[in-house]
Amino acid sequence: MIEHLPALIPVSLILFAFLAGFLRLVNPRLSRYSAILGALTAFVFSIVVTIDVLKNGSISYHFGNWPPPYGIEFVLDTLTCFMVLVITGIGSTLLMFPTKPGFMIDEQQQSPLYTLVLLLLTGLCGMVLSGDLFNVYVFMEISSLTTFALVSLGGPKAAVASFRYLIMASIGACCYLLGLGFIFFTVGSVNMADVLQLLPAVYDSPSIIGGALLMITGLGLKMALFPFHTWLPDAHSYAPPIVAALLAAVQIETSAYIAIRLLLNVFTPALMSDLLPITQIIGWLGAAGIIFGSVMAIAQTNFKRMLAYSTVAQVGFVTLGLGLANPLGMVGGILHILAHALMKSCLFLVAGSISHHSGITNIQDFQGLGRRMPWTMAAFTVAALSMIGIPPTAGFFSKWYLLLGSLDNNNWVFLVVILASTLLNAIYFFRLIEKIYSPGDAQVEAGTQSKDLPKNMLVPIIILAVAILLMGAVSVWLVNNLLMPVVGGL
Amino acid sequence: MVTTSYMPLAAILISLVAIIFIIALSKKPNLREAVTILAAIGKLAIILSMLPAVLDSRYPALNLIDLAPGIQFALKVDEAGMIFALLASALWLVTSFYSIGYMRKLDEKRQTRFYASFALCLSSTIGIAFSANLFTFYIFFEVLTIATYPLVTHEGTEEALKAGRKYLAYLLTGGVVLLAAIVYTYQITGTLDFQAGGILSTDTLPFQIAILFSLFVVGFGFKSAIMPLHSWLPSAMVAPTPVSALLHAVAVVKAGVFGMIRAVGFILGPETINSLGLSGILSIAAGITIIVASLLAFHQDNLKLRLAYSTIGHLSYIILGVSLLSQAGWTGGVMHMFNHGVMKITLFLCAGAIFVAHRYTNISQLNGIGRKMPITMAAFTIASLGLAGIPPIAGFVSKFLIVQGTMDNEQFVYAAVILLSGLLNAGYFFPIVYRAFFKKPASGGGVKEAPYLMLIPIVVTGALSLLLGIFPNAIFNLYDLASSVAQLVMGGL
Repeated sequence: MIEHLPALIPVSLILFAFLAGFLRLVNPRLSRYSAILGALTAFVFSIVVTIDVLKNGSISYHFGNWPPPYGIEFVLDTLTCFMVLVITGIGSTLLMFPTKPGFMIDEQQQSPLYTLVLLLLTGLCGMVLSGDLFNVYVFMEISSLTTFALVSLGGPKAAVASFRYLIMASIGACCYLLGLGFIFFTVGSVNMADVLQLLPAVYDSPSIIGGALLMITGLGLKMALFPFHTWLPDAHSYAPPIVAALLAAVQIETSAYIAIRLLLNVFTPALMSDLLPITQIIGWLGAAGIIFGSVMAIAQTNFKRMLAYSTVAQVGFVTLGLGLANPLGMVGGILHILAHALMKSCLFLVAGSISHHSGITNIQDFQGLGRRMPWTMAAFTVAALSMIGIPPTAGFFSKWYLLLGSLDNNNWVFLVVILASTLLNAIYFFRLIEKIYSPGDAQVEAGTQSKDLPKNMLVPIIILAVAILLMGAVSVWLVNNLLMPVVGGL
Repeated sequence: MVTTSYMPLAAILISLVAIIFIIALSKKPNLREAVTILAAIGKLAIILSMLPAVLDSRYPALNLIDLAPGIQFALKVDEAGMIFALLASALWLVTSFYSIGYMRKLDEKRQTRFYASFALCLSSTIGIAFSANLFTFYIFFEVLTIATYPLVTHEGTEEALKAGRKYLAYLLTGGVVLLAAIVYTYQITGTLDFQAGGILSTDTLPFQIAILFSLFVVGFGFKSAIMPLHSWLPSAMVAPTPVSALLHAVAVVKAGVFGMIRAVGFILGPETINSLGLSGILSIAAGITIIVASLLAFHQDNLKLRLAYSTIGHLSYIILGVSLLSQAGWTGGVMHMFNHGVMKITLFLCAGAIFVAHRYTNISQLNGIGRKMPITMAAFTIASLGLAGIPPIAGFVSKFLIVQGTMDNEQFVYAAVILLSGLLNAGYFFPIVYRAFFKKPASGGGVKEAPYLMLIPIVVTGALSLLLGIFPNAIFNLYDLASSVAQLVMGGL
């Protein structure tokens, strides 16, 4: 059993996805429970696998006992484990959030949403686990297709946004596949480890450079790397809260992770930098995205849209770390995937709760909410402080490594960009905090005396807020045991 | 010598735990305030219990967990931290009683939030004092910035919110610059532990030192209100008076000054700074701030604003003392951190008492107030004489030592600056005293002091100012602590 665990992570998600689909016909409530159970099962499997990898080293799982490069291979090193833990952990926490506020539709309505969510998680886990470049593409398509459907749940505007995302994501997928084709025809393999071995011999071939560029561009489109972010603000602000949280927290970050993998294990920076300063380009685009996303977030009046633009900026942090291409920068970028997943999903759940609870979506209506929803707003404040990067919240710790990484490359511009973004984030989050905690309209206050969210909505929000506060304490463990073993060799 | 002890952690946690009870008891004001008082007493007791060990050079320390590779969440109580912790915790106890009187008499809203934020501020202040490395220091430093924000905006008026925005804009910018300084320090040295005499190795390049020095000065300059980074402090006076008293005369601004002490004495090191002649820059900035702030204080009719500008000037006394890089200068600077805290809090408490009893905020309204509030104004007089540097009140001792420091270095300009500033202090404080005692009140009426809960703290801090001036070593062995800080840091020079 234990040796099949790598495969069981996505398989359990798929099985429960179908179970959720059938149970929906019996009772929609059961469908939700089975989805939670499925995600939790995958999370538990991920924990067990991580313990195994920490004890016995990396795992290479061959489907049907076909050895790679012929068969399908799942590769689990500590970094993979980290990502799988993030995806399944965040996924199961988000699924605990109730259906109606979470998806903005009734449980009774005919929509296989829990099947879709689990399939999305399957796709993401599959992308992370795959040891060959083609399977990454297959799982990427699974995640994209389910995303189209899930985003469109948010109403007519969301349908348009979803269509825009469909176009952009398909272009991205095409780029990736085309690039992969170039690589395949040059070296004759799609297995990552294999390609890594074969590449140096053909390194001056233009098709390798073209292929690498196409693949990175495709991933850039998927992860909304500036200036390919245009689809993101609409899709993320019109999507239902749980979906928006999933997309921002894990979906686009998984594409960023694949880019990191490509640069770590396929086109190593040492080899690439002779031909093409690809890491530098990615880093500078990330830096530009940080500034652009933060400035645009300041300009927004709608809360969810502000969060969406802030995602553009936060993806910039991940890619900036990737672009630094040194161990500390990489660690910062990858750690920021977790930090961002925690805080952004917390914020999107808060956004969903407020709009469900009191119909508030615009920033100007937040006045006095702190009194009416003390717990929710406390969680919001923690997540907001983490977005700004105030210690001891999660956001500070990833920034710390990114700053160190910038200085290791003597890149003072990145240092200034990261620090400036702290201040820009402070502007748009403290604008909210100020409103929330200043006295509201006396009449409104009297009418809705301190009615915080029901417990089932509050629990996942509080879990995420507590995780944000505690991440700093475990971050060293994560860095030393999960991240450094993989990126330390850079 | 370092001994492992959980006491430093307990000193930080006690007010943090108190927050839970303060929030839980929000519907029972008497119990809620009892929690604050108990936490304040407990905190002072815990800190005092460590004093004998520190005087004996046995430093209680605790390494808790790793925060980043090679960086721990580490606490260590040394002499400098002890002085700052004693200052903050002793005055917190005094202010706690005072706030109860103040907040109730004025029937302020959101008192739970007020007491909870106050407790969080004190936890982080003690954390700043006891941090063993810059990383731990920075965590508490930033938490203090955030925890003060709800207190500055307490009134919820447009003016208060505006002051809050300004406050954050200034202090978060300072925090960001400081973070750059910390990251750069770590990149150069590979460690962030405080060490008397500095941690930079001798082969650090001059331009690196210069960059580090400027980043630290600017980073801490915001909180310690060096001009031109000071203007958040007068705006923050919109906060309730206990906040202005404890935080904006003692905890927050002194955290900035304390940071400067750590950066100069325990990170960069006097030798390194001296070798590049960088200390002169800091002295000039401090000297200008002392004079300009004193001149600006003349223009303020609002009593709290005048006190705020006086605070800006006196913070730079400490920085000047530190920047002189001599034993006497350091002893004086570190002592002035304590003495100024005690005297300035007295003045602020008086200002609050005057407001509560008579609703006066401006100096022009204070004609004859000395007859209505004799005890309050007596304390006010003592503290203002002390700030002007008149013996035998606390301010004289520290000022004397700082002047001695300038003489040691033959920097007579700064001696002149301090003496001139003494005159200016007298110039803007004595008219208040004169008005209070020698002018006729506009309206009649007998003695009307503030409630006892406010009056007794005033008497205590006023008496403390006097006592510290006559016996500088009587309370908490203050002089011994300060001189051993100076000795440890200046050991090489």
